[in-house]
Amino acid sequence: MKEFLMVALGVLIFVVIFQIAKASEYVSVLKGEEKTRKQNNRINAFILLGFLVVGLFGAWYCNELYYGKTLFPQGSASVEGEKIDEMMLITIAVTGLVFVITQVLLFWFAYKYQESDNRKAFYFAHSTKLELIWTTIPAIVLAVLVVFGLRVWFKMTGDAPKDAIVVEVTGHQFGWEYRYPGADKVLGKKDYKLTTTTNSLGVDFNDPASLDDIHVSTTMHIPVGVPIKMVINAQDVIHDVGLSHFRIKMDAVPGIPTTQWFTPKITTADMRAKTGNPNFTYEISCDQMCGAGHFSMRGVIIVETMEEYRKWLAEQKPEYFTVFPDKAPKPIITDTVAVKQTAQLLPAKK
Amino acid sequence: MSSVATLHGADVHGGHDSHHEHHHHETFISKYVFSQDHKMIARQFLITGIIWAIIGGLFSVVFRFQLGYPDSTFPWLEDIFGHWAAGGKLKPEFYYALVTMHGTILVFFVLTAGLSGTFANFLIPLQIGARDMASPFLNMLSYWFFFLASVIMFSSLFVQTGPASGGWTIYPPLSALGDASSGSKIGMDLWLVSMAMFIVSSLLGGLNYITTILNMRTKGMSMTRMPLTVWSLFFTAVLGVLSFPVLLSGAILLLFDRNLGTSFYLSDIVIAGKILPNEGGSAILFQHLFWFLGHPEVYIILLPAMGMSSEILATNSRKPIFGYMAMVGSLFAIAILAFLVWAHHMFVTGLNPFLGSFFVLLTLLIAVPSAIKVFNWLTTLWRGNIRFTPGMLFAIGFVSLFISGGLTGIFLGNSALDLHLHDTYFVVAHFHIVMGVASFFGMFAGVYHWFPKMFGRYLNNTMAYIHFWVTIIGAYLIFWPMHYEGLAGMPRRYYDFANWESFKMFGGLNEFISLVAMIVFAVQLLFVFNFFYSIFKGRKVTSTNPWGSNTLEWTTPIKPGHGNWPGEIPEVYRGAYDYAKDGKEFIPQNVPVGADETSH
Repeated sequence: MKEFLMVALGVLIFVVIFQIAKASEYVSVLKGEEKTRKQNNRINAFILLGFLVVGLFGAWYCNELYYGKTLFPQGSASVEGEKIDEMMLITIAVTGLVFVITQVLLFWFAYKYQESDNRKAFYFAHSTKLELIWTTIPAIVLAVLVVFGLRVWFKMTGDAPKDAIVVEVTGHQFGWEYRYPGADKVLGKKDYKLTTTTNSLGVDFNDPASLDDIHVSTTMHIPVGVPIKMVINAQDVIHDVGLSHFRIKMDAVPGIPTTQWFTPKITTADMRAKTGNPNFTYEISCDQMCGAGHFSMRGVIIVETMEEYRKWLAEQKPEYFTVFPDKAPKPIITDTVAVKQTAQLLPAKK
Repeated sequence: MSSVATLHGADVHGGHDSHHEHHHHETFISKYVFSQDHKMIARQFLITGIIWAIIGGLFSVVFRFQLGYPDSTFPWLEDIFGHWAAGGKLKPEFYYALVTMHGTILVFFVLTAGLSGTFANFLIPLQIGARDMASPFLNMLSYWFFFLASVIMFSSLFVQTGPASGGWTIYPPLSALGDASSGSKIGMDLWLVSMAMFIVSSLLGGLNYITTILNMRTKGMSMTRMPLTVWSLFFTAVLGVLSFPVLLSGAILLLFDRNLGTSFYLSDIVIAGKILPNEGGSAILFQHLFWFLGHPEVYIILLPAMGMSSEILATNSRKPIFGYMAMVGSLFAIAILAFLVWAHHMFVTGLNPFLGSFFVLLTLLIAVPSAIKVFNWLTTLWRGNIRFTPGMLFAIGFVSLFISGGLTGIFLGNSALDLHLHDTYFVVAHFHIVMGVASFFGMFAGVYHWFPKMFGRYLNNTMAYIHFWVTIIGAYLIFWPMHYEGLAGMPRRYYDFANWESFKMFGGLNEFISLVAMIVFAVQLLFVFNFFYSIFKGRKVTSTNPWGSNTLEWTTPIKPGHGNWPGEIPEVYRGAYDYAKDGKEFIPQNVPVGADETSH
């Protein structure tokens, strides 16, 4: 019923507009088309000016409403992201200035030079000097932006520091898996053809480096203040590791591993205090369309102190023992070095 | 002079020199269906484009229901879409199909075929002084291949597994594997076949436009006297002819991967519990092939709007376009750069950072010719005597939107910022403003300006003004706040944000945007109504040159027949922008240069 009324209302508005439109055409014939045209001209010129004023006010009002909801007030959660925020503010300042100047000129000229019987258009076909000015100035400004931008870009996409903690991130429809290299700091080899329901990442357990690797799903733990190097894979289609709080994105492409590193600088607990939001969570959003569940492909990152991280890591059981439960030592040895030594004594079997 | 005319006449009419005779043996089929008259083909493109625009626009309204009211159900959605909206709520698969088809339809079927197809066909022969295209037959084929592509794409909407749903960019492996998404089943094959037909259409059209412009200009119409519309359509055609074949090859390889077991784009894949045998392919290869077209495509959409706006701004400011040669030069620069920036869509694919830096540099370089264009448009308005016809308002709106959307390109083209903004609503806002809405404004400007030439009647002014004001205000209300969603990291192509702590706070804004989108869509229907109503009932055009314009199309009769000029084709003596020169309001191109006239 409500829908029916809405449609009826819409049709009614249409009919009214149409009748007004038709009537105004007749009126213009009666009044004289030239006179109507000039009247329309004045009205539209005035609305153009009004649109400029209201529009600029609207842009300010929109900023008031939504600036607080962007990620700027809370700041970047990674050290490298600070540079991006800085770059963003410079770009906003430059483009904002150009935006205001050009929009004001556009609508002001439109209003000021509306048709008038007292004025003749000024013949002004070109001016090399003016054109050189507005070729050179944008070129210089853009060159500056490019230089600043590329410095940040090369820093962020360059090699990760040697002491970075490596975490392998794997995307699949529709979730995230993480693998930590264990005490030997080397991730075991993988071959996608080894994938089974239990060995879901296709880890090659004949590779001794794989025996102490830890595999967790959905939630990734990382320590604060240390560079984290993500090695990113996808199993089925292209995904994207989107870490908006850390100002980072990197695609996960099947068959072509990618890497991206960053240094988290605020723990989850500190960020909850800082934002005043007790539910604050660092989330991994998939930022590359990956199928019907794309919007639900959520991962969680817990940034914690080094002690908390070490404790958490020590509690994790190597994947080898979940894939081959009969090989698991009893009781579970939580010391990671011992786990590795034990694991190496056991022959890998598939 | 007459030798040119006769030659063209022979081409067009298969031996009949005079176009008067021609009318006698025209049938309904040859006049309205399989017409070889460029003006009729233009109208066919325009009307088909309008139909597609309604469908594509409607899809966006439907998926905005989901974004605006994610917690509500609408039983009538189930009445219309059946199991795709079971319980009155769109299924995610269907949501993604709508998003994909909205993009595909508007980018290709409306803003490429509907825009270029209409105005290149209509304006090129009329503005350069030719009786028709170089090959009217290929021109007719161009429309009918487009029609065929339309039929195939339309039919894909009705297959059981749904139309393509992997985004209009159809990245494999998602688009290559039926197991990855229901839209990647038969719907995707139909999408690819339809696009292949579409590309054939656009190549036939493009080759024709280039040939016509290079060879069939009337006497005196040197390249540097051509109106900017023709220049922009020329560069558009060159871009299309050079880039569309690359997409075609990419699409064919994708068809092979889908159906013949090849591994161009596939490697190391485990999907739905199955280990695929494909090895050694590269999913990234497709993105290179796609964006090698995809980026020029943006300018294929934008350049005609630029050209038409330039023409309309000059005519209605009653002033020469400022810096004609700079305008042509910047079009040329944009066309060249369009081929050298495609990888800026791929900054986060793991692209070599050093290679990426070149794409940053070249991308931001595009801002220079763009800035030249903007300042030249502003200077064209300066000290003019401006008439706000509906076409003029849309041309001014185009400039405003081009500024707004162009400036955000400076953010996205800078790869460091793209690391944060990539695939967020900031991108949605950017390309909708600069390429979507701005090009639509160029198209509307063109329709309002040349409607009298197309149909011999005017569109209703009152409806036109309502259309303009609601559309420009609505477009800004829809897309401006989306920048803030993007700055908050909100990803595009999300069906629902309810489970996200980081993104769920924009619910109220999304509802507002959806509401505005519906109003704006309704006003487009008002335009469509005005369009069809005015074809039959609009106020009749009484003078051959209602806008006081200089270009040649206004030297034809009010309703030109096939062949355009009943007598000889006029000779051209000057550029297209002699407004306000020597105390005269305007001097058409076919007026000889007077002895006392100042040269410039």
